[in-house]
Amino acid sequence: MIAFWVLAPIMVIAALGILFVRKAVHAALLLAVVMMSLAVLYLALEAPFLFAVQIIVYTGAILMLFLFVLMLVGVDASDSVVETIKGQRVIAIVLGLIFGATLVLGLGQLTLGTAVGLEKANEGGNIERLADLLFGRYVFAFETTSALLITAAVGAMVLAHRERIEPRETQAEIAARRMREYAETGAHPGPLPAPGVFARHNAVDTPALLPDGSPAEASISRVFAARGTVRSAPADVKAIQAMVTGVSTSSTDGETAEAEEDQQ
Amino acid sequence: MSVTPYIVLSAILFTIGCVGVLTRRNAIVVFMCVELMLNASNLALVAFAHQNGNLDGQIAAFFVMVVAAAEVVVGLAIIMTIFRTRRSASVDDASLLKY
Repeated sequence: MIAFWVLAPIMVIAALGILFVRKAVHAALLLAVVMMSLAVLYLALEAPFLFAVQIIVYTGAILMLFLFVLMLVGVDASDSVVETIKGQRVIAIVLGLIFGATLVLGLGQLTLGTAVGLEKANEGGNIERLADLLFGRYVFAFETTSALLITAAVGAMVLAHRERIEPRETQAEIAARRMREYAETGAHPGPLPAPGVFARHNAVDTPALLPDGSPAEASISRVFAARGTVRSAPADVKAIQAMVTGVSTSSTDGETAEAEEDQQ
Repeated sequence: MSVTPYIVLSAILFTIGCVGVLTRRNAIVVFMCVELMLNASNLALVAFAHQNGNLDGQIAAFFVMVVAAAEVVVGLAIIMTIFRTRRSASVDDASLLKY
């Protein structure tokens, strides 16, 4: 029971966190906390096979799949606060509280008596007894599961596969298109500027600086702009200038000397 | 040892998952909340298996895990497809069938 009283508050806090965090990646990590704690609770409930399956299938496979899709989709991953249905959020929370209170109060009044425990049922090993049941009484359900998994795999392949409707653009065609665009609209035909040129850092999220000191928008990936994690180059410049003007008062400061170097 | 605390914890987690499905907008987070509800029901199944001293509850939890895995694979593929065409993973944006 010690494991339960240690893990239960962690699980409830992590689950509540899923409701309130803004970024989907954080929600996925909190879900991982809940699932790992659940695995330990399975061990406490004498289910060592489900303990391993929970870690391998849920934390290993399903959560990795979630994180993988978040990497592909997560550019606009933050939730919008605007409600489509007016008052839906408040109603949902109130109904959820009522539902939860009903469940907890009702279940709290149950008198189940002392648990029988699985010492007898697990005799000769939990996995062996589970296998007896799985390939005995539940063999038909088990066979149906294989059909379900095959269908899911085929469905995922069909849904995620993109059919190429037009032929791939060759290098010569790309060059011709760029020169045509240059002739028509004046768009620069060469490659995009690299990030960090003349800026304080050469990190990919720092836009290159134009001769007048303004950031070059084309030099960073649009993903950073969508996530709002672009480092503002003019702000950096201002910070450096502030530090440099402070040099006259405290010239022995190592950091200002470093900033001076950076500016040079 | 009584399993009532486990059942109550399972009910709390299920409720949190339920509220999450109703309030969150991001389709992926909605999916995570569905997973949370499935996990909560699994905990109840395993706890009842412990209470009654037979393994049928653990078998049921095992099947729930299999179905959850299949559901996640297909669901995330659908989210990917919707995101590819609409550039958004919000559950409110995909509403064309309404009209």
